Amino acid sequence: MLTFAEIWSPIALTASLAAVTTALLLLIGTPIAWWLARTEARLREPVAALVALPLVLPPTVIGFYLLIALGPNGPGGWLASLWGARTLAFSFFGLVLGSIVYSLPFMVQPIRVALEAIGEDPLEAAATLGAGSWQTFFRVAAPLARSGFLTGLILTFAHTVGEFGVVLMIGGNIPGETKVLSIAIYDFVERGEWMNAHWLSLGMVVFAFVVVTATMLVDRRFGRLTG
Amino acid sequence: MRVLRRQFISLAAAITVLAAFAPAAEAATVSVAVAANFTKAATDLAAKFQAKTGDEVKLSFGATGALYTQITQGAPFEVFLSADDKRTKTAIKDGFGVEGTDFTYAVGKVVLYAPTLDVTDGAAVLKAGAFQHIAIADPKAAPYGAAGMAVLDKLGLTAAIAPKIVTGENITQTLQFVDTGNAELGFVALIQVAGKPATQVWLAPAEDYPAIKQNAVLLKSGADDPAAKAFLDYLKSPEAIEVITAAGYTVE
Repeated sequence: MLTFAEIWSPIALTASLAAVTTALLLLIGTPIAWWLARTEARLREPVAALVALPLVLPPTVIGFYLLIALGPNGPGGWLASLWGARTLAFSFFGLVLGSIVYSLPFMVQPIRVALEAIGEDPLEAAATLGAGSWQTFFRVAAPLARSGFLTGLILTFAHTVGEFGVVLMIGGNIPGETKVLSIAIYDFVERGEWMNAHWLSLGMVVFAFVVVTATMLVDRRFGRLTG
Repeated sequence: MRVLRRQFISLAAAITVLAAFAPAAEAATVSVAVAANFTKAATDLAAKFQAKTGDEVKLSFGATGALYTQITQGAPFEVFLSADDKRTKTAIKDGFGVEGTDFTYAVGKVVLYAPTLDVTDGAAVLKAGAFQHIAIADPKAAPYGAAGMAVLDKLGLTAAIAPKIVTGENITQTLQFVDTGNAELGFVALIQVAGKPATQVWLAPAEDYPAIKQNAVLLKSGADDPAAKAFLDYLKSPEAIEVITAAGYTVE
């Protein structure tokens, strides 16, 4: 039978990985989405295609190249050597990096679409009224694009919770560090312990359902308060 | 007259096209599920079998656990080449395997592989512990992983090495961790590192781990397929045994 640690550890790990990845991607993805929405540069669509690449590549392929990139022969190994480690694989930090790559399009694309939908007028009006760039973004563009941000947050979180192929390749299955929920379930299936797999999967579905519903409700509430 | 000729030509064209899709008269296809560690040897054997009999062998590679799960859910494999001798017995017990067709086709050897360290005396290297990560396949799903853990146990190092272990889902991934340099060493199957310099490979003493008997079994979906039975028989032939031993296994 499952011990409490065996159930709780992957859940807590998955939740923190998804939370950290989502928060970081909000910071990283928003400027990218803003640039894609606003620029006329010719590089725009090639960059957009690059951002969308993780949608097309199989996760195990992404994971494989990440394994090389995070390892001693790649940039990850160089970074790790700064603190005496040989590789960024097999660590929570490595998973965060992998998840950022894997879920990037899920944050950037909804925000880009929502920002594009604002159109020029509100932003021009803000400029003529003397708003600086930051003010324009935080007080005009972002509130108008709120649904895009919300979609980006939910999709990124959910996508990272369900992440499997990438973690499989670079995780090393270390309990408490890289053994996330999807890997734990897969392990049970591999070992033929199907009952445990069923329970953990059910828990995962319930967890995802609760998170998404809660976020929707919070948005509805918040929307009503600010009008 | 003209209309009749046009219809005749269309009919002839249609029959020609259909004929192209008709199955070849004699050649059959055998669908085989193969444990990941046996990949190269299986590919060689399939090619030789096809050259000899004209029957095509379709190989599907994977972790033994995953393959067996698929078999229980109706995957259309006719022959199952497992990495252990338990799963074939389970297959027969659960009604997926044909009684009496279970036999050991190869006995595997587990090795410690380290491309960047000298493991001529592998036990000493393990005891010294001068490495950050060691890759082992999941012991509960892969017999080579269980063998690796048994070797560590015998050396009394299980507790000391535990924090450094990274677990591969199967033996192929375990090798990947080592080959990409992310883990300095790993327990893999001898056949995976055949041909590597002797300093990179340490053969674990056979008495230190449970014998890795790899069994094959005929599955129910292949029970009536003479080609499937022929392939299983081929695995016992002298020609096949030569391929298997050359790959780094022993045969009972």
